[in-house]
Amino acid sequence: MAALVVLLIALTLSGGLYAAFAPADKAQADDTAQSLAIEEGKKLYQVGCASCHGTGGQGSSDGPSLVGVGAAAVDFQVGTGRMPAATSQGPQVTKKKNIYSQAQIDQLAAYISSLGAGPAVPTTNDYSPEGADIAKGGELFRTNCAQCHNFTGKGGALTHGKFAPSLEGVAPKHIYEAMQTGPQNMPSFPDTTLSQQNKKDIIAYLNAVNGDQTDNPGGLELGGLGPVSEGLFAWIFGLGALIVLAVWVAARTAKAKKS
Amino acid sequence: MSSHDIPEENLPAEQDTAHGAVTVADEENPFADPGLPPHEHRVQDIDEQAARRSERTVAMLFTVSMLATLGFIASYVTIPTDKSIFVFPIGHLSAMNFALGLTLGVALFAIGAGAVHWARTLMSDMEIADERHPVEASPEVKTKVLADFKQGAKESQLGRRKLIRNTMFGALALFPLSGVMLLRDLGPLPGTKLRHTLWSKGKLLVNMNTNEPLRPSDVAVGSLTFAKPEGLEENNEDFQTEIAKAALMIVRLQPDNIKDKRELEWSHQGIVAFSKICTHVGCPISLYEQQTHHVLCPCHQSTFDLSDGARVIFGPAGHALPQLRIGVNADGYLEALGDFEEPVGPAFWERG
Amino acid sequence: MSTASTNPNPAGDAAGGSRGRAPAGERLADWADGRLGVYTLAKSNMRKIFPDHWSFMLGEVCLYSFLIIILTGVYLTLFFHPSMNEVVYHGSYVPLQGQMMSEAFNSTLHISFDVRGGLLIRQIHHWAALVFLAGMFVHMMRVFFTGAFRKPREINWVFGFLLFVLGMFTGFTGYSLPDDLLSGTGVRFMEGAILSVPIVGTYLSFFLFGGQFPGGDFVARFYSIHILLLPGIMLGLVVGHLILVVYHKHTQFAGPGKTNNNVVGMPLMPVYMAKAGGFFFLVFGVIAAVAAIAQINPIWAIGPYRPDQVSTGAQPDWYMGFSEGLIRVMPGWEVNFWGHTLVLGVFIPLVIFPLVLVAIAVYPFIEAWVTGDRREHHILDRPRNAPTRTAFGAAWISWYFVLLVGGGNDLWATHFHLSINAITWFVRIAFFVVPVLVFIAAKRICLGLQRRDRDKVLHGRESGIIKRLPHGEFIEVHEPLSQEQLHTLTSHEQYQPVEIGPTVDENGVERKIKGSEKLRSKLSGAYYGDANQIPKPTVDEYKELTSGHGHH
Repeated sequence: MAALVVLLIALTLSGGLYAAFAPADKAQADDTAQSLAIEEGKKLYQVGCASCHGTGGQGSSDGPSLVGVGAAAVDFQVGTGRMPAATSQGPQVTKKKNIYSQAQIDQLAAYISSLGAGPAVPTTNDYSPEGADIAKGGELFRTNCAQCHNFTGKGGALTHGKFAPSLEGVAPKHIYEAMQTGPQNMPSFPDTTLSQQNKKDIIAYLNAVNGDQTDNPGGLELGGLGPVSEGLFAWIFGLGALIVLAVWVAARTAKAKKS
Repeated sequence: MSSHDIPEENLPAEQDTAHGAVTVADEENPFADPGLPPHEHRVQDIDEQAARRSERTVAMLFTVSMLATLGFIASYVTIPTDKSIFVFPIGHLSAMNFALGLTLGVALFAIGAGAVHWARTLMSDMEIADERHPVEASPEVKTKVLADFKQGAKESQLGRRKLIRNTMFGALALFPLSGVMLLRDLGPLPGTKLRHTLWSKGKLLVNMNTNEPLRPSDVAVGSLTFAKPEGLEENNEDFQTEIAKAALMIVRLQPDNIKDKRELEWSHQGIVAFSKICTHVGCPISLYEQQTHHVLCPCHQSTFDLSDGARVIFGPAGHALPQLRIGVNADGYLEALGDFEEPVGPAFWERG
Repeated sequence: MSTASTNPNPAGDAAGGSRGRAPAGERLADWADGRLGVYTLAKSNMRKIFPDHWSFMLGEVCLYSFLIIILTGVYLTLFFHPSMNEVVYHGSYVPLQGQMMSEAFNSTLHISFDVRGGLLIRQIHHWAALVFLAGMFVHMMRVFFTGAFRKPREINWVFGFLLFVLGMFTGFTGYSLPDDLLSGTGVRFMEGAILSVPIVGTYLSFFLFGGQFPGGDFVARFYSIHILLLPGIMLGLVVGHLILVVYHKHTQFAGPGKTNNNVVGMPLMPVYMAKAGGFFFLVFGVIAAVAAIAQINPIWAIGPYRPDQVSTGAQPDWYMGFSEGLIRVMPGWEVNFWGHTLVLGVFIPLVIFPLVLVAIAVYPFIEAWVTGDRREHHILDRPRNAPTRTAFGAAWISWYFVLLVGGGNDLWATHFHLSINAITWFVRIAFFVVPVLVFIAAKRICLGLQRRDRDKVLHGRESGIIKRLPHGEFIEVHEPLSQEQLHTLTSHEQYQPVEIGPTVDENGVERKIKGSEKLRSKLSGAYYGDANQIPKPTVDEYKELTSGHGHH
C-alpha cells in the first residue's frame, strides 16, 4: 500500500510538473491536452487497475472489461474510492477514501473512454437543483430507487450480504453517474429510460429529503429506518422511562435515621 | 453455597447473636410470620422543617406546570407553523412541534411529579392490612339462588312446553342470518377478475418515468425499467387497482444468458418483461441485481432468477413471476402479445 | 327544623341539621347518594388498599397510554378524512406538491404541517400506541411470571390477553389509515394473506376491500374498525378488567404480615389517588416529551401509496413484528391439485400467528389442570419457585423474540454486515431450537436459585467476614437470617406430584386409567417431581442445624 501511495505521489508530481511546463499554445492545446491526458491515464491505469481489468482494459477473471463503460463509470468508481478495490473482497466492493486527485481521475477516465465510447461525466448543470421538479423526483425515486435504497435513501439489504448503500452525503455527481452506469449489482438507468431531466429531479428530491439541511419536523429521525427503530425507541426510552418512574412512585420513602 | 462445605461445629459461636436484637423468636416455628414490621417514621414525619421543604418542592412543581402551560399557549400563538430550528443533537426540526411538545410534557410531568412527591413525603405512609373475603358464595346463598332459579324455570314452563322452546330456539338461531345477508354487498364476487390484467395483444409498453412507449433500443443490458400498459394514466379512476396487477418490470439480458427456453421465446432480443407484483403476497418486487440477474422482494426476501424463468431461488414465494410475452410492432415499439397467461400476484384457492 | 321537609335525604339532614346548611361538597354528595348510592360504594372503596411494588404499576402504564390514545385519537378524527378519493396535493410540504394522493393521505399531511400542534398530537398518538402495546406485553409477563393469573383471576387474565390482541389489530388498522406507501404495503400483505385462506380466501378479500385490491373502500372501513368497533370492545374490556382488579383486590408478594387472606399497602384515598393520579400525568408528560423530540411515522418522507411502488425496510409496527418474522422465514410451499392452489407458504404462518399468542393465553388453564388446585391464590410466586412455569414463559418470550429478529432480518443484515439469507436460515432453525434451550437454561437457573434460598435459610447469609479458626482453617462467617427473611423465603407452597391411584380397586377389579390421567400424572411429575423442584427447608432441618451446632 505504501509503495502504491509513493508511486502515486510521484506520478502526481510528474503530471503536475508536466502540466506546469507544457507548451501553452492555445491553438492545438485541446488536442494535445486530450492525448496527454490519455497517455497519463494509461500510466495510472497500468499501476492501479491493470492487474484485475487486464492491460488493455479487456477484463480478466478478477475484473470486468472496461471497454465502453465510459468516463462516468471511472469517475464514479474511482471518485468514491470503490476502485481500485482491495484484494480480498466481501460480498461487494464498498466505498472508501479516494486516493486519486480529480485530475488523475479525469486522466484515467480519458484513457478508459478512449477504449470505447460510453457515458461521459455529467456537467454541473446536469445535476444542479435548478429547474428540477422535486415532487416529480420523489415519485421517480419511489418507483425506481426506494425499493433498494429506502424511502429517503438510507440504504437497504440485498441477497447474500450485498446491500444498497446509503445515499447520505453522496455527491450529486456520483449519484448521477451511478444511475447512468449501474455500478456493480445496481442496474443502470440510461437516459433512454430515465431522462436527464428525470435524473435531475431525483437528485433534487434526494437533496430535499436527505441533505444537510433536511428538516425532520417531528424530531429525531431514528435512522429513517421506519418501524423497527421506532419500536426500539418506544421500548427503551418510552417504556424504559416509565418503568424508572414506576420504581420511583412505588418505592418507599427513605426513613428517618434512628438516633 | 459455600456453606455446604463448612462443618457446623466450625462456625463461630457468636453466630447466634451476631445480628443483634432480632433472633429467632418463635421456638415452635422459626419460620412463622412475625407480622407487619413496626412503622418507622420518615424525616418529614418528625422534622417539620423537612416537611416544609417537601411542601415547597410540591408547590414549586405545580408552579412549573402552570408556567409550562403558559409557555404552551405562547408557543402556539407566536411560532409560525413552518419555522424550522436546529436543536443539538436532534437536528433540524419544527420549532412548533418541539416547543408545544416540551411545554406540554413539562406541564403534565410537573403535575405528576408534584402529586407523587406529595404522596411519598407528606401523606401518611402507614401500611394498612385489609381483609380479603372469599369470592365464592356460602352454601346457603348458593342453595337459595339455585332454588330461585328452579322456581323461575318452572314458572316459565319452558321445560314442559317443548313447542315453544323449539320454535324459540329456531327463531333465535335464524335471525342473525339477516345480519350475515346484509354483508353480501361489501364487495362483488371475485369471478375471474384476478386472472386478467389490462395487458392485451398490441398494447404498447409505456415507460413509467417518461410516459413514452418503449423501443427495444431504449432498454440497455443491465438496465431496469418499469412499464405500464398504454392508456393507463395516473388520473384514471381505477389507476390504483389496475396498476396493482399490470405493473411490469423490464430488463435486458444477453440472449445467451437466458436459461429458460420459454423465457427466451417470450422475450425480444433478450428483453424480458415480468410482472412486478411478487407472487408471495403482492409487494412490488424490483430489487434487481444486474450481475446475478436475481430480483429480491424487499418485504419478505423472496428471490427470483430472471435469467431462469424468474423461478424462486429463496424465500417464501411459491411460484415464479409471471412473464409477459412481448414483441415489436410495425412502428418499432415494444408491445404485449397478449395478457399474462397466469394470474399475477399472490396465489389464491381458485388459481389452480 | 324545616329542612326535614325540603331535604329528602335523612343522612344529609342529620349531618347538616344542627348548623343550618352542610358544606356544598357534602350537599352534592348527599344529592348523588340519594340517586346513586355513592356512600355505600365509597364505604368499601375509598380506603381500598393497594400494595406498593413497581411492577404493579405496569398495568397503569397501559391504562394511561390507552386513555392518551383515546384523547389524541378523538382530536385527530376532527381533521382526518377517511377517504380514498384521489386528489392533487397543494399543501405546504414542498416535495409532494402536485402529487396524486388519496384524501386520507392528504388530510394526514394537513394535520402534520398545517394544523398547529397537529403533528404533536399525531406523534403522541402513535408513540402512545407503541408504549401501550409494549406496556401490555411487559404487564402480561409480570402477571405470568408471578402466577398472578391463578384462581380467582383467570378471567381477568383472558380479558388482558384479549386487550393485547385487540390492541394489535387496532394498532394495525390505525397504522394503515394514512394510506402511505409503508402502510399500504402492509395492507397489500394482508390481502395476500387473506387470499391464501383455502376455499373462501378470494371471497373474503373481495368483501374486505370492496372488490379488487386496493379499491376505494378499505380506508373508510378500517377507519370505523379503528375508531369505533375495536376501541369500543377494548373500552368495555378495560372497564371489566379494572372492576375485577378492584373486586379481587390486588395480589401481593410474600412477606411479614402478608397472608393469603389480607392485602397490605396504602389506601386509595389519599395515597394512591395521588400516586396513581400523578402517574397518569407522568406517563402523559413522558410521552408528550418523546413526541416533541423523536419523529414517528413521517408519512411525508414515505410518500402516498401506489401498488407499484415500494421501499426496502418495509416493516409493520413492532407488535406485528413477530408475524412479519413468521411470514419472512416460511419456505415457499404451494400445492396445486384439481385446479386449486393451497398456498401453504402464506397460510401456515397465518395459522401459527394466532397459535403463538394462544400458547401463552391457555397456559394458566393447563397449569391449573396439572396442579388440580382449586384454592384462591393472592400471594404471588417468586419466578424461581415455579421453575417449569418460569421456564415456559422464558421459552415463549425467546420464541417471540426470535420471530421479531426474523421480522427485521433486512436491518440486521445491513447493520451487522450479515447475509440476509443466513439470518433467515438462522431464524428457521432457532424457531425450533432456541425455545428448547431457553426452557432448559431457565429451569436450571430457577433450581439453582431455589438451592441458594435453601442454603440461605439453613446456613444464613454470607457476611463477607473471613475468620481464622484456632487450628488455622479459614471460614466465612454466615449471619443467620431475621425471622422476616426466614418467613419470606419459606412461605411458598410446594406441590407434590400427582400419583395415579391404585390401578386395582379394593375388590380386585382392574380400573381403567384414562389417557388424560396418565398425561396429567406425567406433567405433574415434570413440574413437581424430585429433579424439578428443590424441597424447601423444613422447621426440623432448620432446628437441627441451628440448635445442634457445637456438638455434632
